[in-house]
Amino acid sequence: MIAATPAQDPAQARPRLRLATVWLAGCSGCHMSFLDLDEFLFELAAAVDIVYSPVASDTKIYPEQVDVCLVEGAVANVDNLQLALTLRQRTALVISFGDCAISANVPGLRNLCSAPGRDSARTVLERGYLELADASGQLPFAPGIVPELLPKVLPLHEVIPVDLYLPGCPPSAERIRAAIAPLLVGQRPRIEGSSMLRFG
Amino acid sequence: MSVITLQVDGRDVAVPAGSTLLQAIRAAGLSVPTLCDLEGLEPVGACRLCLVELEGSQRLLPACASEASEGQVIRTDTAQLQGYRRMAVELFFAEGNHVCAFCVANGTCELQDVAVAVGMDHSRFPYQYPQRAVDASHPRFSLDHNRCILCTRCVRVCDQIEGAHVWDVAERGSDCRIVAGLDQHWGEVDACTSCGKCVDVCPTGALYAKEDTTAEKHPHPERAGQLRRAREQRQWTP
Amino acid sequence: MVALPPCERPRLRCCAASGCRSAGAGPLLAALRAAAAAGDISAGASAAPEPLEVRSVGCLRLCGEGPLLAWDGPEGTRLFGGLTPAAAAALVAQVRGVAPIPLAADPALAGHQLDLEQPFFRLQRPLVLEGCGIVDPECIEDALAHGSYAQLRRVLHELSPEQVREQVRRSGLRGRGGGGYPTGLKWDTVALQPPGRRYVVCNADEGDPGAFMDRSVLEGDPHRLLEGMAIAAYAVGADHGYLYVRAEYPLAIERLRLALQQARQQGLLGSSIAGTAFALELEVRVGAGAYVCGEETALLHSIQGQRGIPRTRPPYPAQAGLWGAPTLINNVETLAAVPVILRQGGDWYAAIGSEGSRGTKVFSLSGAIRHTGLVEVPMGTSLRTVVETMGGGDPDGGAVKAVQTGGPSGGCIPAALFDTPVDFESLLALGSMMGSGGMVVMGQGTAMPEVARHFMAFSVNESCGKCVPCRAGTVQLLALLDRFVAQRATAADLEALEALCTMVKATSLCGLGQAAPNPVLSTLRHFRQEYIAALGPGS
Repeated sequence: MIAATPAQDPAQARPRLRLATVWLAGCSGCHMSFLDLDEFLFELAAAVDIVYSPVASDTKIYPEQVDVCLVEGAVANVDNLQLALTLRQRTALVISFGDCAISANVPGLRNLCSAPGRDSARTVLERGYLELADASGQLPFAPGIVPELLPKVLPLHEVIPVDLYLPGCPPSAERIRAAIAPLLVGQRPRIEGSSMLRFG
Repeated sequence: MSVITLQVDGRDVAVPAGSTLLQAIRAAGLSVPTLCDLEGLEPVGACRLCLVELEGSQRLLPACASEASEGQVIRTDTAQLQGYRRMAVELFFAEGNHVCAFCVANGTCELQDVAVAVGMDHSRFPYQYPQRAVDASHPRFSLDHNRCILCTRCVRVCDQIEGAHVWDVAERGSDCRIVAGLDQHWGEVDACTSCGKCVDVCPTGALYAKEDTTAEKHPHPERAGQLRRAREQRQWTP
Repeated sequence: MVALPPCERPRLRCCAASGCRSAGAGPLLAALRAAAAAGDISAGASAAPEPLEVRSVGCLRLCGEGPLLAWDGPEGTRLFGGLTPAAAAALVAQVRGVAPIPLAADPALAGHQLDLEQPFFRLQRPLVLEGCGIVDPECIEDALAHGSYAQLRRVLHELSPEQVREQVRRSGLRGRGGGGYPTGLKWDTVALQPPGRRYVVCNADEGDPGAFMDRSVLEGDPHRLLEGMAIAAYAVGADHGYLYVRAEYPLAIERLRLALQQARQQGLLGSSIAGTAFALELEVRVGAGAYVCGEETALLHSIQGQRGIPRTRPPYPAQAGLWGAPTLINNVETLAAVPVILRQGGDWYAAIGSEGSRGTKVFSLSGAIRHTGLVEVPMGTSLRTVVETMGGGDPDGGAVKAVQTGGPSGGCIPAALFDTPVDFESLLALGSMMGSGGMVVMGQGTAMPEVARHFMAFSVNESCGKCVPCRAGTVQLLALLDRFVAQRATAADLEALEALCTMVKATSLCGLGQAAPNPVLSTLRHFRQEYIAALGPGS
């Protein structure tokens, strides 16, 4: 259940929902689809405060007391991991938003590149920066600037507890709207049937 | 022809003797998810999605491979069965490399369909990322083992309908894989008639025509049943 | 049994089955024969002794002390364990009574004599193993002299197939391969199928880790098995049969093939057996290393030359087995019990054992136990009697923690429940199973999540891959168990472990998959605190 509990009287003004969207290891397609909400974006803007989002907020630090967070992308590097842990602590309802968050999807394909004794991070870096480079090739190393890759790309729910899953690559704008609209009135959306649930 | 009657989810249904439970379920206007079963092919009962409960029995029965009998009381959609089916579908997704986003069968995939049917919004089991190959040695078709769920429809259609027995299963357990000929490249197997029936019946994007790219596969699983019926009923004999 | 009544002419029996062979029975046997022959010559004309018979026999039971040697003489039987070829001359001298010092003072032998009055031997009730350790398994004349094939001859001349089945029904014999299906009922089902060809199959694909009962019968008394199988074939109307033996049993295969050849030469197999119209051809089929081929439908596929994978039942093999014909499949121990049932009568057999589980059962004891080896006891004997009284408990004097029965399909029973009688129903009620008879005893140092993981790894390797719960479910179960062994599991992992075990058990196609979660479920049931203790910090 989300933190903003529905008021007893539907007519009574409820506090504005504090909504965040997060972009981890993904192509941003889910966010593009979010922007495809078109005119519903106006309704949304009227009903919620977007407190953190790569497409609708300039805030750089994930805020406290977030009601709902849509998380796009898999967990592939230490920054992704840190942000996931932070947002879980500060958010009432976490939604895995799209196939990458749910299954690691395309970013997770690097997990296929592991070999005995060498995790996939090492394998893909060596492939990309040494084997395919000219003589000046070197592994990227910039502590604090370039986040280190995790040994394995993970779906969000293998890192933090997730409350709701919204599949799709990307989820269509209709599907996103059908998921968000009930939240605005304090209800949990039903993610079932082909229109809401299909992967891909 | 003798007829037997049984009850499926509270509905009385009459079917010809010798019918399977799956046929009885469908005759009652109901459905259970299936993957390995296909009309026209001998059932193998491997995917376990069509398991149903039989009143008075502890054991679950694969509807596709169990003969219906008089007076049975069958339940197809209990909470227990729903739970098992969802786990089975999660196991399918986690054991292979299924990435719907760029799959040739995206939109027409039966695995994708059953995931919707069982309400699978994510897999609770970690993906295994097995190392699997793609065999593109055939001039017209490809086999992507990453998407194979080992339903053996291709094995059966080639053996039972086409009569070529190009396909079989090698190895065991999680190492199982479909092999062509004597574990050869598909394109080198002389027995293959390039009829394409295996591609028609493949429930996922494992077998596909080379000209098809993402979401362009047009499977024809109905053809196995059509061919078998035509032969058995001699529909094309003047 | 191992101890025989006193006999005038001394004789040596040396176990030459796999266990004792690996402990050096081959060189010992050669040294004994050489010493016996040398003794014959050196004694010269002055006191020409009778030739000393050195017989190679099957299992003498106390495998952990091998190589085992029995010396039969006027004072009864003495048993020695762990003798080396160097001691052969001293022993032969003792047997011939020409040793310079008494047996008890002989440094080469003194520490090697084993007590035949100890419970391990005294409490055994050999029926299936009646001839094992006594007859020479490579000599049909010896087997015939000990009564082999007598019941086959009698049955063929005196009893109808229905009368044979009647005795088996009355005996209450149940399948010894693990399932415990009533043997008489199975025979009836095959016999009463519509007229046509029938097959009889002996399942000798003994694959449970820690199980070597069937191997001992195959290596120690193969003619008893062939006789039981021929009687079974007569009773169900089969004229063709197969012995499906795992490739890992080369000695058993060799002896079985020799026994078949000898039986044919004696007119006990082939056409017009024992001068009657009954004909039977038996063939050995060697497995290719798949545990699942012990499952009857997979075994049938393998005999037919197909991939060894199970299929949905019904139809049961008794209705449609090999090449679609009604097929009787019984385990080695089941068939080897048949001659004694016919000899003594079904009622006599049924008087042994307990209600619902009649007769005797052979168990192989191994693991953290003082006396490792083979025991045959009446059904219903308590686990405590088998493990502690007969097996002698923990070799280091500590307390036994648990016993694993039924292999990867069975479960662990804690020492607190050792008063449970060993029968089909009691073991099932504890979340384990009789299985084929392997008992692996575990000491206090054994961690149960590791035991469960060990067996799950076995099931992962041996899954045929046909159905998804077994093929992929066992892989996920193994990964979950890894987390418990590494002490970094969560409460959610425990929940997932139990849910997946339940699913794999309920939905797998064959017995292998259905039973694969048993080692987890039984250890969760009896040793749950060890799983709780393995939860990582913060859970």
